[in-house]
Amino acid sequence: MSTVLGVRRGRLGESAARPDGVPKVRGQFAFSSDLFAEGMLWGHLVRSPHPAATITGIDVSEALRISGVRAVITSEDVPGLKTYGLDDPDQPVFAWDVVRYMGEPVAAVAADHPETARRAAGAIAVGYEPTEPLVDPETAAEADPIHPHGNVLYRQRIRRGDPGATGAVVVEGRYETGMQDQAFMGPESGLAIPAEDGGVDLYIATQWLHIDQAQVAACLALPLDKVRLHLAGVGGAFGAREDLSMQVQICLLALRTGRPVKMIYSREESFFGHVHRHPSVMWFRHHAESDGRLVKVEARLILDGGAYLSSSMAVVGNAAAFAGGPYRVPNAVVDAMAVRTNNPPCGAMRGFGAVQACFAYEAQMDKLAAALGLDPVELRLANAIRSGDSLITGQILHGAAPVAEVIRTCAAAPLPAGHPVTSAELALPGGAGRTADRHRVRRGVGFAVGVKNLMYSGGFDDSSTARCRLEDGVATITCAAVEVGQGFVTLAQQITRDVLGVDEVILAPPGTTGIGSAGSTSASRQTWMSGGAVEAACRAVRGRLLASVADRRGVPLEILDLVEGRVVSLGREVDLAVADAAPGEVLEETVEFHHAPTARLDADGQGDAHVSFAFAAHRAVVDVDIELGLVRVVEITTSQDVGRVLNPVQVVGQVEGGIAQGVGLAVMEEIVLDHGRVRNPSFTDYIIPTALDMPTVHIAALIEEPEPGAPMGAKGVGEPPTISSTAAVVAAIRAATGLELPRAPVRPQDIALAGARPAPGPAPE
Amino acid sequence: MGELIDYRLQVNGLEHEVSQAWLGENLLFVLRERLGLPGSKNACEQGECGSCSVLMDGTLVCSCMVLAASAVGADIVTVEGLSAGEHELSDVQAAFLAEGAVQCGFCTPGLIVSVHDLLEHNPDPTELEVREAISGNLCRCTGYGRILEAVRAAQEARQG
Repeated sequence: MSTVLGVRRGRLGESAARPDGVPKVRGQFAFSSDLFAEGMLWGHLVRSPHPAATITGIDVSEALRISGVRAVITSEDVPGLKTYGLDDPDQPVFAWDVVRYMGEPVAAVAADHPETARRAAGAIAVGYEPTEPLVDPETAAEADPIHPHGNVLYRQRIRRGDPGATGAVVVEGRYETGMQDQAFMGPESGLAIPAEDGGVDLYIATQWLHIDQAQVAACLALPLDKVRLHLAGVGGAFGAREDLSMQVQICLLALRTGRPVKMIYSREESFFGHVHRHPSVMWFRHHAESDGRLVKVEARLILDGGAYLSSSMAVVGNAAAFAGGPYRVPNAVVDAMAVRTNNPPCGAMRGFGAVQACFAYEAQMDKLAAALGLDPVELRLANAIRSGDSLITGQILHGAAPVAEVIRTCAAAPLPAGHPVTSAELALPGGAGRTADRHRVRRGVGFAVGVKNLMYSGGFDDSSTARCRLEDGVATITCAAVEVGQGFVTLAQQITRDVLGVDEVILAPPGTTGIGSAGSTSASRQTWMSGGAVEAACRAVRGRLLASVADRRGVPLEILDLVEGRVVSLGREVDLAVADAAPGEVLEETVEFHHAPTARLDADGQGDAHVSFAFAAHRAVVDVDIELGLVRVVEITTSQDVGRVLNPVQVVGQVEGGIAQGVGLAVMEEIVLDHGRVRNPSFTDYIIPTALDMPTVHIAALIEEPEPGAPMGAKGVGEPPTISSTAAVVAAIRAATGLELPRAPVRPQDIALAGARPAPGPAPE
Repeated sequence: MGELIDYRLQVNGLEHEVSQAWLGENLLFVLRERLGLPGSKNACEQGECGSCSVLMDGTLVCSCMVLAASAVGADIVTVEGLSAGEHELSDVQAAFLAEGAVQCGFCTPGLIVSVHDLLEHNPDPTELEVREAISGNLCRCTGYGRILEAVRAAQEARQG
C-alpha cells in the first residue's frame, strides 16, 4: 500500500508538514553519520580509562606501524589554543599533563577503515599514574584544586527581603537528583574536508554553528573564514551538542592527512563524549503563614559540574533564580554553587538548573501542604505568581504569567479510570509477569508546577540573523539556526508564507558562510529569536515589494497591502499575485534580531536577568508494586503556558517528548558512577523510556496568552514539559508509598528496601 | 585486519556486490558504507535501540547484530525498499508524516520497518500490542505519542 507524495503546506497556527519529513521517513535525510566523501578516512579517539591520573608519556609508534593508519595526533599537534569552552576555555582538546575524567580524549587516529582506526587507538600506549579522584561535590570546594582555575566553577547568591523573617510553619528537606544523559539517538559524528586554501570545511551536527566555528578556529590557529561549518543532519540534541565534541580533532586529522576524515562515536563513546545534566544536592527550608502564604525560602544547592566548566554558570544561575518556584516568596536566602570534580563534565540539558530546583521546591510545597493540612493544589494556587509579582531575584514579571490557569486546568482534568487489579499484565509495574501481587500495587497521584526563563539571560546580548530573498514569488530564507528535530524549519516556512503570502519557501542550508550567527538552538529560544529574525526579514522584503509596486504603478504606498498572496490597493485598481508584482526584481533583506536587554544579577542576586518566562503544571498518576519497588507511570496530565500555538502538532510533540525525559529522570535514568567511573555507558544499562514505559499524555490546556514583545506572541515550548514532570511523578510515588523519596530517579531499592536505608544526611554547607 | 572477502547480498530486490570487505563487518555497516543505503541508522550498534531494523527473509532484525557475510542468500528489505517508487510513500511512512511522528527522525526508519512488520503479522493490534511491538525501538524526541497515533492511523486505513 502506498500514498503519492504530497506535502501539507501551512500558515502560522496550522499543523504544517515538516519540509524534512519526506526524506526522514524514506531514510534519505542526511544525518551527520551518513556523510561520505571520496577517499575519506575514519577517525577514532583515544580516551582516558581513569577519572584522575597523571600522564607520564604517550607512545604512538606501535599505532603508526599498523597498515592503513594515516595519522596519530596528540596535544602537541594542536597549533592554536590547546583548550576550549563555552564560557571559559578550561577543557583540553587533548589532555597532556593530567586527565580529569574518565573518557577524556588523549589522542586521535585516522585510518582507512574504522576497525583499523579502533585497533590503532588501542595500540597507542599512554602512561598513566592514577591519582585519587575528587568525586564528592559536597567537599570539592575545599579540596585541593584539580584544575588551575580552581574547584568552584560558579556561585550564585540571592538575598531578598528580610533574611530573618519567619513563618508559623516551617518545613525542610534535603534532596538529590542524579546525573541524566540527553541520550539523543544520532551519535556524535562529523566529516572534515581539507580545502585548497589551507582551511577546512566541517560538516557537523551541533546546536550553534558560529560558536563552534569560533572555538575550532582558535584551536586550529586559523582565521574564521578558513574554518567553514556546515550543518549536517542532527539526530536530536537536548543540550548535549552545545559543547564541542570531535570538531577540533577531526579538523586536525583532515588538515594533517590532506584527506576527508569522518568520525562517528559509538554509543559508549557518546556517553563519554558529551556533558550531562548536573547531579544536585539541595537543602531547602520554607516558612509559611498558617493560611499557607509563603514567607521565606532558604536554600543551598550544590551542582556537580564535573571536570570542566561548560555551561555551569548559567545552570547555577537558573537553579538559584528559580529556587522560589513559580510562587510569590517575599524573602529569600539562596546560595547555589557548581563545583569541579573528577566526575564526567556536566552542562546543558533541557531545562537546566530549573529541573533540579523544581524537584526540591515542589517536594517542599507538598510537605508544607501536609504540615498545614491544606490541599496541595490549593496551596500552590494561593501562592501562584502572576503578572506584576516579582521573583526572588526582584525581577517583576511584565509578561504573561498564567500560573493559576495552568494549575487549575491541569488539576481539573478527570483522573484515569481503571485500577491495577484489573490492568493487563503488560500495564502492571515492571511489565509482564514481574509484579509480585497485583493486589499490593498501589496507585498514587502527584502534582507539580515549574518555571523557567526563555532565551539567554544575565546581560548576554542574544541575537539571531536571517535573510529573506524574494524572486518571482519564491522566497528563500537563509538562517544559521540549527534544526535538531524541534521543527524550526517548519516554522520558518510558516512565518514566510504568512508574511509574504507565498507558497514556495526554500530554506538555504545553514552554515557559517555568508550569514551571521543565529545563536544556539537551546534555552527554548529559536522560535522567538530566529523566528523573530525570519519574520522581521520577511516584513522588510514585504515593505520593499509594496514600495516597488507603488513606484511602478504610480500609486501611494499607503493604499497597498499584501493579502492572501496578492498585492492589492484599497479600491482593487492594483491586484497582482506576489509572483507577478515585481518582475525581474530580486528583493533581499537581512535582519539581525535582538531580544530586550537583560542585566547581570547583582551581589545579592537581584536584577532583571531574564527576558521572558514559561510555566507548566503536571499531574502524574502512578502504580507502584511496593514489594518489588517497581513503578508504572500510568498517565501524565499537563497544562502549559505557550503564548500562542504556531504549529499545533509540533507543540504537542515538544510537550510529549519533554515529558518523556522528565519521566525518565523520575524513575529510571541515571549515569551510575563509582569513584568517577561511569558504570553504565550503554542503552543496555542506561535505561530510557520505551513505548511501554511511556504513559499516555493528556494535555488539559495550552494557555494562549500572547507574550508582549514576543514575535507572533509565542513562547518557546521545549523545556517546561521536562521541568515539573519529574517532580510530579516522584510526588505520585510518595503518595502511593508514603515514603519520603528525596532523590530522583527513584530506584526499586528506594521503595522496596526503604526500611533498611539510612536517614538522609545533613544539609550541605 | 585479517582476510578480506567478496560476497553478494540481496537487498530491496537487487543483487549487490560486496568486494574486498573485512569479514567482521556487520550488516548495518555494509548497507550504510558499502551499498549506499544509509537509511538504516546507527544509534547504538548493540541491538538495544532498533534504529537499524531491517527485514531478513521477513523477520525483523537489528542489522547491527547480523554479520554481513552471514546474510548471503537472505532477502533483505531496508527502509529504502518499503515504498513503491521515488514519488511514493508507504502507508506507514505517510501516516508518520501526517500525524507528526517525526522530529529529529533518527529513529524513524527503524520504527517504520518495525511498524510494517507489526501490521503484516497483526493487522489489528491493541494499543498495548503496538507499544510492545515497538518497545525495541527507542525514540528520544517524541515520547511516542504521535508515533502511536501514526500506527493507529495506518492500521485504520488498512482496515478500510
